[in-house]
Amino acid sequence: MPNNNIDTDQIIPARFLKTTSKEGLDKNLFCDWRYNADGSEKPDFILNTPRGKGAEVLLAGDNFGCGSSREHAPWALTQFGFRAVISTSFADIFKQNALKNSLIPIVVSPDVHAKLFALSEDAKVAVDLASQTLTLPDGQKVEFPVDSFSKTCLLEGIDELGWILKQAPAIEAYEVKRVSTLNTLGN
Amino acid sequence: MSGSVRTLSQKVWDNHLVREEAGAPSLIYIDLHLVHEVTSPQAFSGLRARGLKVRRPDLTVATTDHSIPTTDRSLPIVDPIARNQVEQLAKNCAEFGIPHYGVHSEHQGIVHVIGPELGFTQPGMTVVCGDSHTATHGAFGALAFGIGTSEVENVLATQCLLQRPSKTFKVHVDGVLKPGVTAKDIILAFCARVGVGGATGTVLEYTGSAISSLSMEGRMTVCNMSIEAGARAGLIAPDDTTFNYLHGRPFAPKDKYWDEAVARWKQLPTDEGATFDREVSIDGNSLEPMITWGTNPGMGVSINGAVPDPSSIGDPLERDAVVKALQYMGLEAGKPIAGRPVNVVFIGSCTNSRISDLRAAAAVLKGRKVNPNVRVMVVPGSMEVKRQAIAEGLPEVFRAAGCDYREPGCSMCIAMNGDQLQPGEYSVSTSNRNFEGRQGKGGRTFLASPLTAAATALTGVVTDVRTIL
Repeated sequence: MPNNNIDTDQIIPARFLKTTSKEGLDKNLFCDWRYNADGSEKPDFILNTPRGKGAEVLLAGDNFGCGSSREHAPWALTQFGFRAVISTSFADIFKQNALKNSLIPIVVSPDVHAKLFALSEDAKVAVDLASQTLTLPDGQKVEFPVDSFSKTCLLEGIDELGWILKQAPAIEAYEVKRVSTLNTLGN
Repeated sequence: MSGSVRTLSQKVWDNHLVREEAGAPSLIYIDLHLVHEVTSPQAFSGLRARGLKVRRPDLTVATTDHSIPTTDRSLPIVDPIARNQVEQLAKNCAEFGIPHYGVHSEHQGIVHVIGPELGFTQPGMTVVCGDSHTATHGAFGALAFGIGTSEVENVLATQCLLQRPSKTFKVHVDGVLKPGVTAKDIILAFCARVGVGGATGTVLEYTGSAISSLSMEGRMTVCNMSIEAGARAGLIAPDDTTFNYLHGRPFAPKDKYWDEAVARWKQLPTDEGATFDREVSIDGNSLEPMITWGTNPGMGVSINGAVPDPSSIGDPLERDAVVKALQYMGLEAGKPIAGRPVNVVFIGSCTNSRISDLRAAAAVLKGRKVNPNVRVMVVPGSMEVKRQAIAEGLPEVFRAAGCDYREPGCSMCIAMNGDQLQPGEYSVSTSNRNFEGRQGKGGRTFLASPLTAAATALTGVVTDVRTIL
C-alpha cells in the first residue's frame, strides 16, 4: 500500500465505530477502498488478492495511521491477520495503540522502504522483535527501533495496566502532594 | 528534562511526574479525563473484566457527542447500534460513578466544547480523552492529548499514563490578521506549511502577537488542529485572556482559591531563554483566508490560490499523492479553487462550533438568503452555545437565511450519526478533517473558516468572504 498518510478513517471508517465491542472489525478494514458500492470486493485492491488475504506484514507509505486516535484501527488490522506494519514513519497515537495490541510498527529508512516496494509479489520478510531485525529476502538484515518498555511488555507478556497498578504507592504519594484547582462542586 | 529554563509544556510535564525509572517511560498523573461514547465502552468492559473501579471519578467527565442525532432531542435515537452505544455510556457512568452530561443534559455538547465552557479545562493541567482533538484544551496552557482505548482504561483505573516526553516545537505567529482572516486560517496555513505529518512526535507551543491577540475560542480553534500536522498537543501560554475566560465558570476555582490558582498559573509560561527542538515562523500580516483542496488537512492553499499541478512536483510519492487526491476530489490541476460549486456547507465541529463561530457566520448571513443549490447545516457545539445563540437571536438569522439549524453534536464532522454527504458531493466545512469519506462515503470536503463557509453558503461556490462584505 504505497500511499503516504494513510489515515485511520481509511483503515476503519467512523461509521463502524458505533460498536461497543472490539470484535468483528476486520471485515470493514479499509472498507471504502476494499469494496464496491454493492458490497463486492474490488479485485485490484491489495487485501482482496491472494497475496493480501493471508498477509501478516503490511507495507505502507509514510506517516501511516495519522488522524483519529481510534484504537479500532489496530484492532481491525490484527483481526485481519496483520502482525506488523512497515513504513518510514507512524503517527504517534497509532504507534502507541499498535504496540498495545501486539502489532509491531516497523520504521525503516527511505532506501529500505523503496527496496521493499520493489520486491516481487511472493517475497517474504522475517520480523524478529527480540533482535529488532527485519530480514529481507536477499538476506539483508535491517535493524528497527522499538520502545524498550513496549518490547519487554510484548516479549514477556507484561500487561501494562497491571504494571501501572503496581505503582499504586507512588500514585498515592503523588496525590497527597498534588495541588488541584478544580472546583469539583461545580457551583 | 527539567533545567533552569523550561518551556510551558516541560513545566506541565514536570509537575505531573509520578515516577521516573531509567529505561521505562515516565508515569504521569492526569488531572482531567474526558470521556465520550465511542472510545470508552471497551475500556469500561476491561475494568469490569478485572474487577477494577475508576480511581478518580471526580477527575473524570463524560458526555455524548459523536453518535447522537442532531435532530429533535425528544425523539428516540432511530439507529439501534448508535442508541445502544449512547445507552452504554450512561450505564457505564452510573455504574462507575462518573458525572455524565448525556443526551438530555442541559450541559451536553461536544466534549472539547463543554470542557472549557464549564471551567473543567484549566492552565497547567494534564488533560486526556480518547479523541485526537483533545489538543483543543492546550489553548489554556494545559498539556492535552488524545489517547487510544487501552490508555482510556489505564487512566480510568489509575489516573496515570506511561508516556515519554515529546520534542518541543515552537510555532511563532506575529502580526495583525487582515479582515476576513481568522484563527482557522492560521492553523490551516501551519498545516499546509509543515504537512499532515510535519509535526509528528512533537508538542507545539503557539506564540506571537497574532496568537496572543486571539480570543480563547480562537485559540481553541488553533490548538484543536495541532493533531492535523501530527503533533501530540499544542499549547498557548495562559494570560489575562485565559483568566478572564475562566473566571466564574462552574468548575473554575472560587474566591481565595481563584487568586492562588492565578498566581500559580502565572508561573507557567515558557521561561526566557528556553529553547525548542524546532521552530517555525508564520507572518500573520500576510495570511490570507485558507482552504483545503485535497484529502488531508495539510493540502491547503489560500482562497485565491490554485489547486497544485502534480507535474511540477519532483518527489514521485508526493506527486502520486497529489494525483490521487485530485482524482478523489474531482479537481483539475492548476485551476483556481474559488468558484468551485458545492452542495453542502457545514458550520460546526469541535474546531468551529462555539458562539463566536456562530456569530461570525450569522454576521455574513444576516438579511441574506443561502444559494438554493446548497444545503447549509449549522450545528452548535453545546447546549450552552445553543442557549447563548438563542439569547442573541442567531437561530432566527440562520433560519431566515435558509439554513438547517440543528441540535449540538459532532454531526457531519465525522458523519457517524446520519448527518453526511452523499457520494460525490462537495462541502465547505468548518471541521478539521478532509480525509476521503470523512463526511460520508465518497464525500469531498474543503476545510475552511466559518466566514468562508458562510460566504460560500450565499453564493453556492467557494467564495472569499472579502468579496461579499
